[in-house]
Amino acid sequence: MHTVSAEKKPGPSALSGIAGLLISLGDGFLYLLTDLGRMGIFLLATVAGLFRRPFRFRELLKQLRFIGGGSLAVIFFTALSSGMVLGLQGYYSLHKFGAEGMLGSAVSLTLIMELGPVLTALMVTGRAGSAMCAELGIMRISEQIDALECMAIDPFRFLITPKLLAALISVPLLTAFFDVVGIFGGYLAGVKLMGVNAGSFFSGMQQSVTNHDLRLGVIKSIVFGLLLVWICTGRGYFVQQIRGAGFGAESVSRVTTQAVVLSSIAVLVFDYLLTAVLL
Amino acid sequence: MTEPTGNTIDDPVVVFDQVSKSFGEGLRKHRVLDRISFSIPRGLTTVIAGGSGQGKSVTLKLILGLLTPDSGRVLVDGINVPSLSRRELRRLRTRFGVLFQGAALFDSLSVFENVALPLRERTRLDEAAIREKVEDTLEKLELAGHGDKYPAQLSGGMKKRVGLARALQLEPEIVLFDEPTTGLDPVMTQEIYSLFSRMQKRLGYTAVIVSHDIPGVFDLADQIILLNKGEVDVFRDRCEIVHSQKPYIREFAEMTMGALFAHPDKENCADEKHAS
Repeated sequence: MHTVSAEKKPGPSALSGIAGLLISLGDGFLYLLTDLGRMGIFLLATVAGLFRRPFRFRELLKQLRFIGGGSLAVIFFTALSSGMVLGLQGYYSLHKFGAEGMLGSAVSLTLIMELGPVLTALMVTGRAGSAMCAELGIMRISEQIDALECMAIDPFRFLITPKLLAALISVPLLTAFFDVVGIFGGYLAGVKLMGVNAGSFFSGMQQSVTNHDLRLGVIKSIVFGLLLVWICTGRGYFVQQIRGAGFGAESVSRVTTQAVVLSSIAVLVFDYLLTAVLL
Repeated sequence: MTEPTGNTIDDPVVVFDQVSKSFGEGLRKHRVLDRISFSIPRGLTTVIAGGSGQGKSVTLKLILGLLTPDSGRVLVDGINVPSLSRRELRRLRTRFGVLFQGAALFDSLSVFENVALPLRERTRLDEAAIREKVEDTLEKLELAGHGDKYPAQLSGGMKKRVGLARALQLEPEIVLFDEPTTGLDPVMTQEIYSLFSRMQKRLGYTAVIVSHDIPGVFDLADQIILLNKGEVDVFRDRCEIVHSQKPYIREFAEMTMGALFAHPDKENCADEKHAS
């Protein structure tokens, strides 16, 4: 009996194992809280930068060109192929019920409420978000951000605010561009390739798309623009404070990958939340 | 712990009072500064020297408020830097110019734009006045004609000079130099030192130089601060270091100032007054 009860008692190594696990969990939780707090303050300071002078109008134009203008080609091809796939898939499904006339409605609603905002945000994250993260990471490790602080220049206003504002302007416009090109792709596949009647394609679209649907798409694109700039620039800005990121160039590459992954997940999670709340 | 010496300090602009700073946590905690106290005199050049990892750059970051001490006070003209709000800290930093180890020039801006940045951001000068001031500074630092180049197109010495030009644009009261000659050849190092001396004579700022370049950098010094294992020792000149009786200072002098340590009389260091 004694032997059995002694076996049931956790030994010193088991206790230290449990204690170690608890310490790790607590440590991880504290790190998560610290990181969230840091990122929250970062966002507030960036938004506050919108109201501080001097405003960097030229930098805003540069960022609009980079985030917006520079993403046009990738958005065009993504939208065209997505729209064409939607046209074909939609035709295949609706044809089974003899409802090909609803193709315009299906394509346009899917693009405006879902695919347009989500795919635009993912493409901008991959193209511009990663670049923003790497740029800020390099500026941090080469002491350029420290230099700004030493010159009494607010790094949030100087570096982050123009990027945020440019994304808040660009991403909704790119989403609208995605929607138009996507609908055109759906039209090409559905009407020109599969022979759906053009009149029913457009009239279905006109009847089913409401201002509410458009508003949902716009709200999503604004939220996604905010999220992707916040996460990508925040990760780059705090590159030296991110656990496990390593040092130097390696830390920038790791954090850039992390930023793109986190930003993409955040876009998908918020897509569900916004749809659930606003639909 | 070392008490403030006060021997050459009549008018201190920066005072470290019992400052401690550690990094890491738990068993990995490493104390870099251990209740150190010293003063930096106004209008003169103070060199902060010591081996790697002894807290030289940490000292500069504490002065600028980029790091907060675990305990003690860092005073700039009597103002305790760690107690300042973000806004007050920003105001205080306008009094400083900083030359970083790697110059920290903005890669995406040209030389001209780098030097003009503090003027564009911190003053209300019009573009014509900014251009005139920047071109004047570039000429003084022998950088005329290089304004359109980008940092990646410059040599190490030129980057340092551009960094110095940028640091001096707002005519700071205190200029901090973090390893200003690292990576430069001996000729360029001498050129940079001579430039520092000329600019300080012209502008009259307080200079604080953190450097590995021993004993070369001591020629510039009105005061030398040696950091070693969390403690601090203050000297008037390199001869005082040579004549110090403290074992670790003697070891430091022997390792870093070999010839001078062996034959102090050749460098006019034989004077008994230096013996301590």
